Amino acid sequence: MSEKIELEVKELDFHYSGNVHALKKINLRAYKNSVTALIGPSGCGKTTLLRCFNRMHDLYPGNRYQGEVIFQGDNILSGGTDLINLRSRIGMVFQKPTPFPMSIFDNIAYGLKLKGVRKRAELSEKVEKALVHAVLWDEVKDKLGANAYELSGGQQQRLVIARALAVDPEVLLFDEPTSALDPISTAKIEELAAVLKKEVTIVIVTHNMQQAARISDWTGFLMLGELIEFDRTDKIFTAPSEKLTEDYVTGRFG
Amino acid sequence: MTREQIRKTEGIIALTLSTLAAFLGLFWLVFILGDVLVHGIKALKLSLFLNDPAPPGVEGGGLRNAFVGQLLITVCATLIGVPVGVLGGTFLAEYARGRRIARLISVLSDIMVSVPSIVIGTFIYAVLVRPIGHFNGWAGAVALSIIMIPVVLRTTEDMLSLVPWTLREAAFALGAPYYKVITQVVYRGAATGILTGILLSIARVAGETAPLLFTSFNNSFFSVDMKQPVASLTVTIFQYAMGPYDNWHAQAWAAAFVITVFILLLTITGRLIIKWRYK
Amino acid sequence: MPRTAKKNPVDNIFSLVTAAASFSVIILIIGILYVLVSESSLAIGRFGIWKFLSSTDWDPVKESFGALTNVYGTAFTTLLSLVIAIPVAIGIAIFVTEISPNFLKGPIGAAIELLAAIPSIIYGMWGLFTLSPIMSNHIEPFLKKIFGSVPLVGILFQGTPMGIDILTASVILSIMIIPFTASISRDSFNLTPSVVKESAYAIGATKWEVVKNVVIPYSKLGVFGGIVLSLGRALGETMAVAFVLGNNHRITTSLFDAAATITVTLANEFAEADTDIYLSSLFYLALVLFVMSFITLAIAKFFLLRAEKKYSR
Repeated sequence: MSEKIELEVKELDFHYSGNVHALKKINLRAYKNSVTALIGPSGCGKTTLLRCFNRMHDLYPGNRYQGEVIFQGDNILSGGTDLINLRSRIGMVFQKPTPFPMSIFDNIAYGLKLKGVRKRAELSEKVEKALVHAVLWDEVKDKLGANAYELSGGQQQRLVIARALAVDPEVLLFDEPTSALDPISTAKIEELAAVLKKEVTIVIVTHNMQQAARISDWTGFLMLGELIEFDRTDKIFTAPSEKLTEDYVTGRFG
Repeated sequence: MTREQIRKTEGIIALTLSTLAAFLGLFWLVFILGDVLVHGIKALKLSLFLNDPAPPGVEGGGLRNAFVGQLLITVCATLIGVPVGVLGGTFLAEYARGRRIARLISVLSDIMVSVPSIVIGTFIYAVLVRPIGHFNGWAGAVALSIIMIPVVLRTTEDMLSLVPWTLREAAFALGAPYYKVITQVVYRGAATGILTGILLSIARVAGETAPLLFTSFNNSFFSVDMKQPVASLTVTIFQYAMGPYDNWHAQAWAAAFVITVFILLLTITGRLIIKWRYK
Repeated sequence: MPRTAKKNPVDNIFSLVTAAASFSVIILIIGILYVLVSESSLAIGRFGIWKFLSSTDWDPVKESFGALTNVYGTAFTTLLSLVIAIPVAIGIAIFVTEISPNFLKGPIGAAIELLAAIPSIIYGMWGLFTLSPIMSNHIEPFLKKIFGSVPLVGILFQGTPMGIDILTASVILSIMIIPFTASISRDSFNLTPSVVKESAYAIGATKWEVVKNVVIPYSKLGVFGGIVLSLGRALGETMAVAFVLGNNHRITTSLFDAAATITVTLANEFAEADTDIYLSSLFYLALVLFVMSFITLAIAKFFLLRAEKKYSR
């Protein structure tokens, strides 16, 4: 496993509007081509942390960041960051599938069109590649023109992953991507994550500890806005250094 | 320009246009209200409320007949429209809850709310004016009540539906018959909402002109006899504004001012009650 | 609804009274239709249906009546007002839902509601005294200078700008329907799940791209329903146009010509119709308007219900 750092969080503090202190002095690293899992009881700030990486919080007024998130040498929390550009390099997949109100093909092609890809042949090629990548191609290749809402929940989630992959992101953020899915679809997405990390860096928020243990290389455990422990996943789950982490991963609370 | 710059510029242009549209809407409101305010206050005199109209072309006079007539017609319309609307809404939300007929009447009421009010005027002319032989105040009141019924009915239905079902069950559990549950428990739970609906429906009909044109018509003399033609502010505004005399125009502005203030106050009160009660 | 074995007699009476009250809506609709048909039967017998609808005659002296000039005027002013109102209304909805800082959302929303509450007679009177002079002195000559000699489009800008014409009436009508369209569009926009919007932002879309490609397509049923509803309202609007349209029973092509709508004809002529066939023809017009707007409003309701169903899924 390479040890090159893709995302580095330094002393990150985050306040929601109304002065809710949601993240406190977070320090954490996401290594290139690895899967980093963020776990913790609900309300601990794991999703809040994930949404700092593509500055999703900027959509709502009053939210404040302090500290740094270094992505490929630049602090993305600095004022000069081009959010449009940042978000096209860091993709995100949400809890519930979020297909756009358009056809399957157009859903995947959307990000490409935003980037200026106009030629039909190039679009088709990239759409196919993304769908193959997300292991959805065989299921939808005969109905690319169909409305995306006609797909099942698991298929929709893979469609959304394909949509995020189509623009060749460097990082993929997953926000509890399987919490709305059945076990079979969940297994498919987990397999997918294992394959995808060869090309992208993955950060995944999950409430499911077995999932974190199965798919991640590194794990961060958060509680009440603080990062309690961050280490290799096998260490977190077998020999954590903190008592709190041990209590949580052994199911004593949460 | 790079592709991203083009996209961003396009976005800025589109969002600027949207912002301008919003301020255009605000501009019309300020323009119209400001105009009514300026002209209205200038023409507003105590004599407007105390005197009846002077003969055409003669200075002075007031609109006492129209103020009283408007009040009379609106009150009568409310007395007819509100009970029918509230009871009708009760049927939809309670006895017929979830049934197809409730759905149908609900949809038809929504349509009726927007049916041209002048058509209702022609209908009432055929039913209540021609058989009697002359225009009369009751015809105007009934025409307005027809506009009111669907409005009150739909708000009542919505407000009653918001009352939690468990509240009814609790009352049933005490052995109360359904009508007592409705009148003593459900109505109380929805009272504010229904009252707001009634206020807004009065605001809606108080400014109606078209359905009065050939029902209550107009009367340049003071009259509270609902069996005879009755003056109303709105019809008077129409007649005076279209007329040739400056003093008519001034009085039309004053009447417009009074009616606008009245309706906006009712509307604002209604909205505030909703905000205060349901947020 | 609870079904008890033994019914309370008072409860029976109360339920019957409420049922009667709610059936009054159906009775009224059928009653209006029946009365309008029977009152216009004289004119229907004389002019038929197709001939009445296609005839441009409106001659009380020769007792020859047709609906076409009125229907034409109604359609012209309504459509023109929609063309003016729709972009503005959608712009307002975009501003309120996506752009406006929170402290402005309330006031602008309230302004829209107030604009909708102002009675139409106020719009009409304001149109006559304030807007009409502005139109005839400034806006219409300006439009004429720019477009008057342009081929094809120029035909819309002929004649002397008097301010009492189709354009002025349509502008007032558009100001009246903007609030309806805007508030329904706003409500539809608000139903777009924020997570779907977020995921568009998450692949690098700009705010406008999110509105254009996600919010508007997502809410198009509701917005369309709102537009059709406004169309239905505009069709039946009387007082806002009665002041500024003139009452001209001719088919005209210029925006600077006076015209007649069904509603304006009824408002101006109903009380003074002196012959049976004249009055019957006016009832016939009212019937045409009632059917037109009822169908339009039913279509609007259909779309709004479908939109509601889609979102609640």
